[in-house]
Amino acid sequence: MRVQLVDVAHARSGDKGDTANVGVIALRPEWYPLLEKYVTRDRVREHFRGVITGDVERYELPNLKALNFLLHGALDGGGTLSLKTDAQGKVFSTALLRLVLDIPDAEARQLGLPQARA
Amino acid sequence: MNNRGAKEIVKVAAGQGFWGDWLEAPRRQVEGGDIDYLMLDYLAEVTMSILQKQKERDPKMGYARDFIGAIESILPSIAKRGVRVIANAGGVNPPACADAVRAVAEKAGARKDIRVGVVTGDDLLPRLDELLASGHELRNMDTGEPLATVRDRVLSANAYIGSVPIVEALTRGANVVITGRSTDTALTMAPIRFEFGWGTEEWDKLAAGIIAGHIIECGAQCSGGNCLFDWRSIPDLADVGYPIVEAHADGTFEITKHPGTGGRISVPTITEQLVYEMGDPHSYITPDVIADFTSIQLAPAGPDRVRVYGIHGRPATDKLKVSIAYRAGFKAVGTLVYSWPDALDKARKADEVLRARLDHLGLKFDQLLTEYVGVSATHGTLAGPPHDVPEVQLRVGVRSPDRAGVERFTRELAPLVLNGPPSVTGFAGGRPKVEEIVAYWPALIDKRVVQTTVEVS
Repeated sequence: MRVQLVDVAHARSGDKGDTANVGVIALRPEWYPLLEKYVTRDRVREHFRGVITGDVERYELPNLKALNFLLHGALDGGGTLSLKTDAQGKVFSTALLRLVLDIPDAEARQLGLPQARA
Repeated sequence: MNNRGAKEIVKVAAGQGFWGDWLEAPRRQVEGGDIDYLMLDYLAEVTMSILQKQKERDPKMGYARDFIGAIESILPSIAKRGVRVIANAGGVNPPACADAVRAVAEKAGARKDIRVGVVTGDDLLPRLDELLASGHELRNMDTGEPLATVRDRVLSANAYIGSVPIVEALTRGANVVITGRSTDTALTMAPIRFEFGWGTEEWDKLAAGIIAGHIIECGAQCSGGNCLFDWRSIPDLADVGYPIVEAHADGTFEITKHPGTGGRISVPTITEQLVYEMGDPHSYITPDVIADFTSIQLAPAGPDRVRVYGIHGRPATDKLKVSIAYRAGFKAVGTLVYSWPDALDKARKADEVLRARLDHLGLKFDQLLTEYVGVSATHGTLAGPPHDVPEVQLRVGVRSPDRAGVERFTRELAPLVLNGPPSVTGFAGGRPKVEEIVAYWPALIDKRVVQTTVEVS
């Protein structure tokens, strides 16, 4: 089943120099293992290919039911150097929530996951 | 740290999350209910350089002037309710900020109610050449380059300082503490540590104080502002309540806000703020302690109240972070709006024409960035193809060390209104402004090199 991250998680992002961070938080605690399993570093790297110029790092915070991603080379130089509308990476959060995951039907049903809208 | 046992709960309220935050917030925090401390955070990474430029023009400036208005609005409460104020409003000139505070207190007939503590020593600009000469390279933490490469363009250099000098000012009886480049989190941790007499090696407690500071340092961003979780249901943002830490001596604390205010304090609103600007969550490095965000436990504790506990910390490093600002060339950004039909195609065509003309003029830029606002400016290709959009804003920016080239660019947008693609509007603001770029250079320095001084008067 296709599941979009925006339906199972919320997020906030910020900046450190030319790196944007995106904290992704499970909407329900029981959905956190799903994030750990499917929202991998590789998957996120692939998602932002062509959008950022650097690598992706992932950290796990099971205590907060959250993952933290660092997206390097995301901000056109960052801070005051950046010419981007989103120079401080404030809405990379919602860009990551566009991610669509393919979850085995049985697992999706068991967790009560909502199906992707489109 | 001589106030041990004085209070069971210490209440620290956030009244300002950055310079430019809601002017109403400080007074609302002081008058809306019982608090012990008002914490005001004014400094972002590039704020110091703006203040340095102001100080060069006038030696009495160089601090966050909003703070003086804030003090004026809460003077009666400082006296009547015993609320103490801690702010990094001093910028690059804490003594001048203190003079201004004393002057407004004098004018209001409240001079006797105010004891101002001033923390200095974070400003490394006067010592920069001496430091470089003695082997402190101040390499850029991101690029590894030594500061020598941009030394002649440096505008400001400030070490991020921790809670110790603030605690000293409170110990000596200050009820308004003004710092320069304190860490945002120390402004909250210091009064809690002072009240409970926490020692320099009580790592878990110090880390808890830092995390309390991180949660409230952006003001209402933890109490319903900018909150994505269930955002439509967040009540009464017009009357949003700013956050308050209620700290206990054992290092646990609760986050809440004044009764009757808008916004929301819940596990999701706090979690969103905890992950904001996060790096490696195991190591949130501050001058006082390294806090471990993977140890934080959150639990609902009643309406608009979240309990925070379980926090661990580790010994601080022997380094301080230094915030350096330097001149880094010029930039300008201009916009035009194209309407249906085929709005995006028209905007793209205009960009093509503009780039050809810049090319014909022989202009070279370090960066030339085109965005289509309404289509792809924030999410790029992830946004997918547009569907017959009613309008698109073409937004073009350039960056260059050459001011004249950037000036010339600003003259090339407006002509497109008459000599480019059709259905164009939205140029009433005139041509774009050329801005000097002041860039940020993060570095580390040995702690021993930085000596802070506290004056209370």
